[in-house]
Amino acid sequence: MNGTDTGFVLISAALVMVMTPGLALFYGGMVRAKSVLNMLMMSFISLGIVSILWVLFGYSLAFSGDVGHFIGNFDAIGLKGIDFTSTVDSFVTNAKGEPHKIAAFSFILFQMLFAVITPALMSGALADRVKFSAWMVFVALWVTLAYFPVAHWVWAPGGWLFDMGVIDFAGGTAVHINAGIGALAAVLVVGKRIGFKKDPMRPHSLPLVLIGTALLWFGWFGFNAGSWLGVDGTTARMALNTQIATAAAIIGWLIYERIRHGAFTTLGACSGAVAGLVAITPSGGHVNAFGAILIGVVAGVVCSWAVSLKYKLGYDDSLDVVGVHLVGGVIGTLMVGFLATEAGGWDQFGKQATGAFSVMGYTFVVTWIIAFAIQKTIGFRASEEDEVTGVDQTQHAETAYDFSSAAGSHISSGVTSPVAAATQSKKVEA
Amino acid sequence: MKLITAVVKPHRLDEIKEALQAFGVHGLTVTEASGYGRQRGHTEVYRGAEYTVDLVPKIRIEVLAEDDDAEQLIDVIVKAARTGKIGDGKVWSLPVETAVRVRTGERGPDAL
Repeated sequence: MNGTDTGFVLISAALVMVMTPGLALFYGGMVRAKSVLNMLMMSFISLGIVSILWVLFGYSLAFSGDVGHFIGNFDAIGLKGIDFTSTVDSFVTNAKGEPHKIAAFSFILFQMLFAVITPALMSGALADRVKFSAWMVFVALWVTLAYFPVAHWVWAPGGWLFDMGVIDFAGGTAVHINAGIGALAAVLVVGKRIGFKKDPMRPHSLPLVLIGTALLWFGWFGFNAGSWLGVDGTTARMALNTQIATAAAIIGWLIYERIRHGAFTTLGACSGAVAGLVAITPSGGHVNAFGAILIGVVAGVVCSWAVSLKYKLGYDDSLDVVGVHLVGGVIGTLMVGFLATEAGGWDQFGKQATGAFSVMGYTFVVTWIIAFAIQKTIGFRASEEDEVTGVDQTQHAETAYDFSSAAGSHISSGVTSPVAAATQSKKVEA
Repeated sequence: MKLITAVVKPHRLDEIKEALQAFGVHGLTVTEASGYGRQRGHTEVYRGAEYTVDLVPKIRIEVLAEDDDAEQLIDVIVKAARTGKIGDGKVWSLPVETAVRVRTGERGPDAL
């Protein structure tokens, strides 16, 4: 077992963990003040639910053995048979060409956090309008039926896309295309926000968006470089290309935006950064610096254009999960087909396209069925009144920003202090 | 007595306060307000979606004055608030029946 590689994967796992709260802030700043807590919680709850499901059966279904090139088996249910001597192959090889070994537990933790962030990515599309209980059920069903199988296809030996030779270094297909198309299907079932295209729905805090973007970017080094499961030149290239493509995408998005809409916006810079990060995810280990710049610029410009499609086509992908993650993921996945320094060409491009479109087809159908089933049983959408009042209050019984007591007055907010409440209840007992 | 109300651009507040102090006004009330006049609002763009913001931030200043001082006071405010650009705001006055200083109970002009 290689200590250096194992240690690197553990640190990378911690970096990937930070991306989920980072994503929560990125999305949270973009919604109105009445639903920011709900937006934060939709991401944050995934850390709770998916971590547990991963240990119970997710890891086994994704990475233990293979059944029909489609899904793993049940041999590692509850991490059965895995102990501190178990190892997994790194992509790093020694002088004889044999793979380094890393502790299986480090791989399980690292991959767990990928499974956590993927459903969280979809939450932005459903901002302001779903029942939190329904969302929790959706997350559990979606990772089980959409994420675990697709992760197996792409990353597990035996998975049909893995065996075909599809390049998905860190999750352009399994994470971003998967979540992007899932978001589209869910939105089509759940429907538009009340007042979509009519009422102003400005981001309530762009500083929050920028903090979230920074945390995502920081964590993404672990997400991308860590996916090599060890440390060598390819790991370093991936980290470097992550920075290069993100920078190029910021510039690309801003220039397009300045020409089309007249200003360099903060939201545009942050969105461009995320688009670049998404596009370099599948490709960064296999392209040179100019390839990374090209992928970044194309992602920035095309995603900046793609986010306005929802107004033309009339679906309310509230925070542009489709425009950024699906489109960015497809760009990175297809472009690496040509730009890959070792294998690039029409043949590889064909494999990449097969990977991207088969995941889109499968996950769209599965997600639509899950969302429809939830809608018809427990109900996916919050009531009209709850949505207008704000899902923070109606789903979580909280308010994000207490403006009313800014001057220390208790009259305006009518807050009953816990002490006063306790005194009252004692009086009742007496 | 008169109640003079001015709704003006927020960044002129300090100028107006200083001008009123120099004139000898001892107290005033300031609130944050929003509204529009001929200036209308402005446009913001988020990811390509344009929003027209109708109501722009303003400051509302209220001052009580004796009848003889009122016209002059209005001039002081107008002079301090003016930038010459559209959206400078409005100033108006209303008659006031009575005013009381809460601490002492003094009434009328003595309460100012």
